Amino acid sequence: MASVMGSREARRERRSIITGLLFISPWLVGFLIFTLYPVIASAYLSFTDYRVLAPPRWVGLGNYRDLFADHDYFWPSLGDTAFMFLELPLSLVLGLVLALLLDQKLRGIAVYRTILYLPSIVPAVASAMLWLFVLNPEHGLVNAGLHALHVPGPPWLASPAWAKPAMILMDLWGAGGGMVIYLAALQGVPTALYEAAALDGANAWQRLRFVTLPSISPVIFFNLIMGVIGTFQYFTQTFIMTSGGPNNSTLFYALYLYQNAFQYFRMGTACAMAWILFLLTMVATLIVFKTSARWVYYEGEAR
Amino acid sequence: MKKSITPILGHVVLIALSLLFLAPVLFMISTSLKADNQIYTSNIQWIPNPPVWHNYPAALAYFPFWLYLRNTLIICVGTVIGTVFSAALPAYGFARLKWRGRNAMFILMIATIMLPSQVTLMPVFLLFRSLGWTGSFLPLIVPSFFGNAFSIFLLRQFFLGIPQELSDAARIDGCNELGILVRIILPLAKPALATVALFSFMGAWTDFQGPLIYLHDSHQYTLAIGLQSFLGRHGGEWNLLMAASTVVTLPLIAAFFFAQRTFIQGIAMTGVKG
Repeated sequence: MASVMGSREARRERRSIITGLLFISPWLVGFLIFTLYPVIASAYLSFTDYRVLAPPRWVGLGNYRDLFADHDYFWPSLGDTAFMFLELPLSLVLGLVLALLLDQKLRGIAVYRTILYLPSIVPAVASAMLWLFVLNPEHGLVNAGLHALHVPGPPWLASPAWAKPAMILMDLWGAGGGMVIYLAALQGVPTALYEAAALDGANAWQRLRFVTLPSISPVIFFNLIMGVIGTFQYFTQTFIMTSGGPNNSTLFYALYLYQNAFQYFRMGTACAMAWILFLLTMVATLIVFKTSARWVYYEGEAR
Repeated sequence: MKKSITPILGHVVLIALSLLFLAPVLFMISTSLKADNQIYTSNIQWIPNPPVWHNYPAALAYFPFWLYLRNTLIICVGTVIGTVFSAALPAYGFARLKWRGRNAMFILMIATIMLPSQVTLMPVFLLFRSLGWTGSFLPLIVPSFFGNAFSIFLLRQFFLGIPQELSDAARIDGCNELGILVRIILPLAKPALATVALFSFMGAWTDFQGPLIYLHDSHQYTLAIGLQSFLGRHGGEWNLLMAASTVVTLPLIAAFFFAQRTFIQGIAMTGVKG
């Protein structure tokens, strides 16, 4: 009797697994074809010399060795990408400040929200065009504004020193994307917490520091991780606006990778770069994860 | 925080910020309506006098706008159909069915969101190349039929919120899981489906790297690629470039205004509930 029950249960469990797998099969098949196979293939290709027209030739660690010895492009591209990480804290603070401003009971708040979010909707190509002109040293909007304040405007994208800050400025314009996420999180903070804090005599700054920020820390964490991943993959803007110039100052990692793959057809080198990128992303994400225990607070978690 | 800032101060700060954020877009539209000699002035003229409406037909004539629009729409519609269909089934499997291995699969799927696209870019390109699909829309549309992790996640979050009793009642009535999905869950999930459709439409409309890699014949270009090649050919003509950029941007802004609630709720949903 017990064994019959057992086998019936086993059969039912098997059936539930099969049903589950069938339901997720569109994703599962896609995962095998468009993720798992390419990941393995690119790992293999990264150890080969492969120029598309001739079959891949095994070179062991050759591509990696060449990249690590490449002080003209590879290392500078990594350094330039690292510079763009400056943007993460800036956009985090800006997004958060905007969200805090919008989290008030004011008339017409939806209009402000729409306007501040609008830049995130402009397609990357169009915003690249638009900022090319906005950042134009002579006729652009930014320098006209600086001129009005009697500040001499820098040459922005025309100068190796200012091209990266120019791109950071442009990206901060899109801080509304993060803002919407913060805003939703702010509106989910229980009012009871604020009331309790007010009873304890907490002032506005203390409420922000000890109630608001801990409550929305999981969302800050989420945005930070996505920001890290996105920064490593910064591509469209530099491709359109500077093609990596001037003087390779915006030849970011993802752009140099693209050039290797689709302009020089050095697929082996490009795959090696992709894997280095993958490992760097994982390390960076891991660092954020490891430190998160100290500053991310999850509701319902014992402390 | 709700009442910490006096209303007037709040309005003043928000109006200033709104003007700051809006300025580049207004500058784009204003430039798109200027005559050549009005662009290169030292003082910015916000309202072109007189507005040169002719810049728009001129810009559209410079690149085959209607052809690029058609190409873009084909890719967008294909992507939306593929994404919505292939997200609903897995989302149901992850949210409403209990089976061993489900959580492991779900974690695997979430992990793929963090995988840099560059890792798969070259092998996928080589795969499509060996199929002879490069130079066609297929590499841009077909992958969307195989479940996009982000869309599945979004739908799953929504499905989780639908009361379990509805499914139980249907099961007692002899409805199978597919029937429950189609007859009960999907009709209730219309807002979430709309969000997924909207996101995938906007993603396909703005996609740059995909068309750049796969479309080589200028007859197949999308608006995004067409706009970029416009820059290459008419770099100095800012009024026409801005007119073209405005035309590429406006449909998205319009879509956003129509579906603002859907949109913002969708973003909030993915960001907040882990």
